[in-house]
Amino acid sequence: MERRELARALSNPQDISCPPRIREPWSVLGVTGSPGVGKSCIVDKIVKSWVDEGDKVAVLAIDPSSPVTGGALLGDRMRMSSVDANDSVFFRSIATRNVPGGIPAMLDRMIDLLFHEGWRKIIIETVGSGQSEVRVVAVADRILLVEGPGRGDIIQAEKAGIIELSDIIAVNKSDLPGAEKVAQEIKLSLEMSDTKPPAILLCSAESGDGISELIETINDLPNAKGPSIAKARERLLSANQEILLNHPDFSDVLKSLVADEISIADAMALLKGA
Amino acid sequence: MPGSLRIVIAKPGLDGHDRGAKVVARALRDAGHEVIYTGLRRTPEQIVRIVMDEDAQVLGLSSLSGAHGFLFPRVCELLNEAGLDDVIVFGGGIIPERDRSALLDSGVSAIFGPGTTSTEMVDFLDSLEV
Ligand SMILES: Nc1nc2c(ncn2[C@@H]2O[C@H](COP(=O)(O)OP(=O)(O)OP(=O)(O)O)[C@@H](O)[C@H]2O)c(=O)[nH]1
Ligand SMILES: [Mg+2]
Repeated sequence: MERRELARALSNPQDISCPPRIREPWSVLGVTGSPGVGKSCIVDKIVKSWVDEGDKVAVLAIDPSSPVTGGALLGDRMRMSSVDANDSVFFRSIATRNVPGGIPAMLDRMIDLLFHEGWRKIIIETVGSGQSEVRVVAVADRILLVEGPGRGDIIQAEKAGIIELSDIIAVNKSDLPGAEKVAQEIKLSLEMSDTKPPAILLCSAESGDGISELIETINDLPNAKGPSIAKARERLLSANQEILLNHPDFSDVLKSLVADEISIADAMALLKGA
Repeated sequence: MPGSLRIVIAKPGLDGHDRGAKVVARALRDAGHEVIYTGLRRTPEQIVRIVMDEDAQVLGLSSLSGAHGFLFPRVCELLNEAGLDDVIVFGGGIIPERDRSALLDSGVSAIFGPGTTSTEMVDFLDSLEV
């Protein structure tokens, strides 16, 4: 498939049909974290390193659409200063707007197609602040959570269950005061969890400090046969949601609910038998 | 009316200010479009690659440096070479009246000067047949 054709096909993910990607070795890295912590700057560094190693890297950067106007400002690509429009890099900005079947299912198809077309390293960037973003990032094989100093986002991330999914936590902007303290706090809060805690690393996408260590740690992430329980759970829930949203009677059932003609239990019974 | 469009906003050339381009990007977002902002100092080759990868229907070019005379036509030429001649190109920034007709001849569909309201730009996009 030519590059242009690929770009076109990605605009209609519901029409993509290609074999599912091979899950081993892992190929999809999810990068998530609060707005402005430096996700895109870090992605730029990872992409550059992988391209230098000879990989072809695709980035899918997801940003929310305005619920009011449906418009979206997709600015992640701004940070791709070192590798934008390189032959070995395919960067696609995605708005969350009215995606049939929800973002996770759509992303899965886009990733399968990219993989099939020879893009063997794929990065998903998404703001991680709530449940729907957790579902998005659970599509990835491995997950990097980015934090920053002086934000107190870690509690938010904990609540949303993102930490459970993360393989690595990078505390970025280590050139600013407070980053080390945040890293300490995260370590403390993870001591209480009973699963194996993710690696915690300090780095600065600005100065470059800690970036090569971060990339090495990412590259060394092991291949597991299946997803973790937390990831499997999110994927299952996404798939379930997709069934509901794609059901031909979905909007009719909604209307019946609004008219108070049926109960939620009735609605579920109607929608499950697809 | 084409509904929601995918629009790339790019700044070819070396000038280091993108306030105007960002204002345009936000106005088009508020009008319901998906706006991909590319950042500063992209080459014509990079811009065309970005339009292709993003599967955009519209490209907005902004220039304050006076380099538009060369850069805008160059982008249009490269779009044609890449088979992306159906992409609508518009220009903005500081573009003297005397340069306009040459730009329009080279494939730029509309030029919006510093006094342009965002409504004019949105109306232009609404009038497109994409
Ligand atoms: N001081 C400092 N600033 C940084 C660092 N990394 C990124 N920034 C700055 O933080 C801002 C946001 O960076 P992005 O990479 O766009 O952050 P993001 O998380 O992708 O942002 P969204 O995609 O909008 O959520 C930019 O102004 C960067 O220059 C860092 O290590 N140190
Ligand atoms: Mg970003």
